[in-house]
Amino acid sequence: MKTSAIIHSFWLQKVGRLMLTLALVATLAFTLVNLSPVDPVTAYLGMDRMQIGQEQEQLIVARWGLDKGPVERFFLWTGNALKGDLGRSMIFNEPVTEVIAKRFLTSLNLMACAWLLSGIFGFVLGVLSGLYKNSLLDRCIRLYAYTVASTPSFWMGMVLLAIFSVQLGITPISGAYPPGTTSADATMWQHLHHLLLPAATLSVIGIAQIALHTREKMIDAMNSNYALFAMAQGDSRFGVAVHQALRNIALPAITLQFASLGELFGGSVLAEQVFSYPGLGKATVDAGIRGDVPLLLGITLFSAIFVFGGNTVADLLYTKLDPRITNRSEPL
Amino acid sequence: MLEIHNLSISFQRNRASFDRETLSVVSDISLSVQPGEIVALIGASGAGKSLVAHALLGLLPANATMSGEFIFKGKRLSPAGIQELRGREIALIPQSVTHLNPLTRVGKQVYRSARLSGRCADTAHTSCDRTFARYQLADTVKSMYPFQISRGMARRVLTATATAGNANLIIADEPTTGLDPEVSEQSLAHLKELATQGKGVVLITHDLENGVQIADTLVVLYEGMTVEITPARALEENDLIMHPYTRSLWQALPRNGFMSLPPTPSSSTLNRNGCLFAERCPQARPGCRQSAPSLRRVNHKLVRCNHVAG
Ligand SMILES: Nc1ncnc2c1ncn2[C@@H]1O[C@H](COP(=O)(O)OP(=O)(O)OP(=O)(O)O)[C@@H](O)[C@H]1O
Ligand code: SF4
Ligand SMILES: [Mg+2]
Repeated sequence: MKTSAIIHSFWLQKVGRLMLTLALVATLAFTLVNLSPVDPVTAYLGMDRMQIGQEQEQLIVARWGLDKGPVERFFLWTGNALKGDLGRSMIFNEPVTEVIAKRFLTSLNLMACAWLLSGIFGFVLGVLSGLYKNSLLDRCIRLYAYTVASTPSFWMGMVLLAIFSVQLGITPISGAYPPGTTSADATMWQHLHHLLLPAATLSVIGIAQIALHTREKMIDAMNSNYALFAMAQGDSRFGVAVHQALRNIALPAITLQFASLGELFGGSVLAEQVFSYPGLGKATVDAGIRGDVPLLLGITLFSAIFVFGGNTVADLLYTKLDPRITNRSEPL
Repeated sequence: MLEIHNLSISFQRNRASFDRETLSVVSDISLSVQPGEIVALIGASGAGKSLVAHALLGLLPANATMSGEFIFKGKRLSPAGIQELRGREIALIPQSVTHLNPLTRVGKQVYRSARLSGRCADTAHTSCDRTFARYQLADTVKSMYPFQISRGMARRVLTATATAGNANLIIADEPTTGLDPEVSEQSLAHLKELATQGKGVVLITHDLENGVQIADTLVVLYEGMTVEITPARALEENDLIMHPYTRSLWQALPRNGFMSLPPTPSSSTLNRNGCLFAERCPQARPGCRQSAPSLRRVNHKLVRCNHVAG
């Protein structure tokens, strides 16, 4: 009874906050786009303006209120968006929702790889580094982490590209599958092969950040009172790490990992640009450069939902995994 | 059973980037514990009591340096040697619940402690059950997390965890702080019981009353220094020969009418050349600020004061 009420209010709060966030993001994005010196009719019709007939242009102009003021246009756009219609992307000549869906699936491979790689390796390196603080291993890991953590991801991408694709020629230069084929007939191996460098670019930096964060947490855990007591009971440092420290640092690490989806998204925009990887990140840059307003607005909304989803999962995991929160309503 | 000789502990603290300061927190503490004896280590908060226990177990923080030696059962303890004894021969009952892992169920922690003391999986379970019964902990407590149990229960869980391994020397750090009188009585009774079984017990406390109640020997610390080592009953017998600090603690007890001293001066202004207690000592004389007193034998006790006569 009480628990269900808590769960109820949790979701109510989440949905409310999502609505508020989306409203704010939409308003802000729309305002920014309208401040830019792009003629709305050209922006919405793009190159097609030459090809489509006068009548059809009138139809579209009426539908999106392109002859009206920005405020009215905003409400028309919002109304259509609420019905699930985000308009047509001019550069892909497809509905925005379809472009986002397709592109996101391509990006998902890349982001999932980078996310898992950086999460797992970052955590392991951080744990080792913190456990064997000031050892040679720790110093190497720290050197790596500090160097890489301050590196911009597009630069890292270009360095990797120069070494592995240009010099050594073992990885492809660009794309998500070999040129001349389509995504459908490329093999799984070809997909993976093309994924390698962009994923490495993204995770090399992610690993550094997560390792440094985990290291601090690990050092704190090994200096904690519960670690002292465990050692007083005869446990070794390694035993304390495995039996006591790990569970205490894994919880915030997992939460952080979900909460960092925004950064991952931002990183993928740059990495995809460097490798011409046809995902959502590249679509974002293209839409921005070529003034594809509907697509740009659509992607902005989508990324807000994506990041919000990550944060919600983080919150949920935290409440589910931490007994101090889960068992709060339980009687003693 | 245990002898501590001339234990000193200091901390390195970085004040500015190159300016290092050495902070001496424990100086020249010596004491000994016999089987079946309860030795109370008495001192105000920050006197360095917990550090003495941690030093004995070889678990001082990295920025601490120590000197002095420990002799356990006739053998000098080396850093490697102490590792073998932790949990098996020497057990620590720590100061607060924060010494339990917040994310592990209580039963599992007691079980792990039994395993660490060298028991196999089966006997660890039975010894775990036995300790739970001995400290009147219900079986349901096993599946609880530390944040779910009361203070009194936490005390018993800590005692259960520490004694799951059947060690011969027990160090109990502040076993009564924050407990109501009835529960703290019970906590002390558990220690007394361990001593009756022939174990040596070091009772760390800021409450002289605790020491007088169950201990055989009192070691009184002031600012990290032993100021007096005395048989506990000497106080009850209203022995007038005692260190002024011990006397002030004694007079501050409820049964003696709460006479208390002026507050402690901060340690930075403390005059380290003379007697550390001089600022607050009712008997202080001009000479006390110039020469530091050393521990002297007066009748059957050791006192660090120039003006106590036998
Ligand atoms: N890691 C550390 N670095 C610097 N100083 C420390 C450190 N740990 C403890 N100290 C200092 O050592 C002194 C003694 O600490 P200790 O924990 O032994 O006190 P205590 O007698 O157990 O007091 P309490 O009753 O509060 O537990 C304290 O004044 C504290 O400031
Ligand atoms: S030496 Fe002097 S100041 Fe110190 S305790 Fe004795 S009488 Fe007091
Ligand atoms: Mg203490």
